[in-house]
Amino acid sequence: MLLHGETTSREIVESVATAIASRDHTIGGYLSSDFERAVVEAEAADLSLPLGGIPIALKDNINAEDHPCSCGSRFLKNGYLAPYDATVSSMLKRSGAVLFGRTNLDEFAMGSSTENSAFKKTRNPHDLGRIPGGSSGGSAAVVAADMAVAALGSDTGGSIRQPASHCGVVGLKPSYGRVSRYGLVAFASSLDQIGPLTKTVEDAALVLQAIAGNDPKDSTCLPSEVPDYASSLEGGIRGMKIGLPREFFEDQALDSGVRAKVEEALAKLEAEGAELVELSLPSTAYAVAVYYILAPAEASSNLSRYDGVRYGKRVDEGDGIISMYRDSRAKGFGSEVKRRIILGTYVLSSGYSGKYYLKAQKARTLIQQEYQEAFKKVDVIIGPVSPTPARKIGEHAESPLEDYLADVYTISANLAGICGLSVPCGTVERQGSHLPVGLQILGPHLAESKILQAGRAWEQVRDSGSPAPS
Amino acid sequence: MSEKGAGSPEIDVRYTADLARLSLTDEEVARFQHQFGDILKLVDTLTTLDVEGVEPTAHPAPVLDITREDEVQAGLLRDQVLENAPDNALNQIRVPKVVDA
Repeated sequence: MLLHGETTSREIVESVATAIASRDHTIGGYLSSDFERAVVEAEAADLSLPLGGIPIALKDNINAEDHPCSCGSRFLKNGYLAPYDATVSSMLKRSGAVLFGRTNLDEFAMGSSTENSAFKKTRNPHDLGRIPGGSSGGSAAVVAADMAVAALGSDTGGSIRQPASHCGVVGLKPSYGRVSRYGLVAFASSLDQIGPLTKTVEDAALVLQAIAGNDPKDSTCLPSEVPDYASSLEGGIRGMKIGLPREFFEDQALDSGVRAKVEEALAKLEAEGAELVELSLPSTAYAVAVYYILAPAEASSNLSRYDGVRYGKRVDEGDGIISMYRDSRAKGFGSEVKRRIILGTYVLSSGYSGKYYLKAQKARTLIQQEYQEAFKKVDVIIGPVSPTPARKIGEHAESPLEDYLADVYTISANLAGICGLSVPCGTVERQGSHLPVGLQILGPHLAESKILQAGRAWEQVRDSGSPAPS
Repeated sequence: MSEKGAGSPEIDVRYTADLARLSLTDEEVARFQHQFGDILKLVDTLTTLDVEGVEPTAHPAPVLDITREDEVQAGLLRDQVLENAPDNALNQIRVPKVVDA
């Protein structure tokens, strides 16, 4: 759907600006946008490029030169302007994209509701009383509400796939090392990946094509060649082996409506010639515990840079430099970030690091090995993205654990470093609202082509209404 | 501090926050103490997992010995960096006194 017909890039940018002006005061997907500059860039855009003149929104934790990058935090609210481009930002620009706006997120990407933003709540376009998911909730909401053609998010434990699922859009978490993290504000460096949120799988493939590849500025970025994702997109589902992890479907927390939608999709894919294979990923039960040790541990280290010295908030009451650090952090961070810094510091502290951190790293090995074994038997693994559709805003305000537990199906892909895609598979009705449900398609490390192919095949089955005759 | 075994997990919130150079209000300490009880019960489920002989994973896709050509490249300019600093003087970032004279 990117760039068809006679529309000029200026008109596309202006239609996005109009949509934001009419809708974003109710949805709250953007933290900032700059259309004066966007229109100039759109007019100058080279339309022969893959993303020529296409406006793409960035989650507000991805640096783009001279744009703000607040990370949804009071710490970086006033006056921080990125002095450089993240690698994905410069790659998007080189592909002709227009970077015009910054989307809301949970502070430093910590959360799954976007309620942890220091600035505002983002509302789900399908029901304004509900969360858009998170932490890339702004990116998902603006794509769902036609306020951006595509957006980038970041996914540390499900932060692209879960909001995509809740908002009824496509979200792709690439394999670890496929996309450069340079210029993405670090949360948990061994888990973070940048990826696209789009309307269609084809668009996700197009954006991934623009941002994937090796980067000398990120030594964890892989030198592996980037395939042509579009060329394999229409390969269909016939003969593909789809793994169904027992632990995902037998989970007591899985909403029966969500389960029904996912099972319905699987039955249709089977009718199209896919082979369904039941399998087991026994360490799934430990994935949330492992994640909530490793991610806060890495975060506590990464966030030590926010000390009021080089950038962002400084609170100096004249009591010396140590007090300046402590007070700047106390005033700059919100509750969830403080919780994770303390938790991370605790699991790394003397006397506890063996019990928690080292043990979690070993459990991570088991989770990774189980996926490697599973992918010897199947091409992709399919299941739900989230146990429930989008919950109401404010429902878990005092019990962060409730949200942590809901990360159960997405977290293990980050721990294993594999890729995952969320594609809409229908809606469930809750109190008069039709809430989107996502189908999660997981693939082996660097098998983005395979999950995009399966996702595209699912879109065709879904949109055809009934299975095509075989 | 000694290694704690299984059982009810505990955390000294203020002590741990001090390690992380984070001031907390009394209200925050009380609220976090309560919430960490639940969270640590969750992470303590790991104690039942047998990881005997398993190697730890720090990175999902380790790539080692990444090198690049040792070439001079443009970096950030001093003024660009100072632009974001909360306080600067004499082309440097200024902070409160660190060492008493």
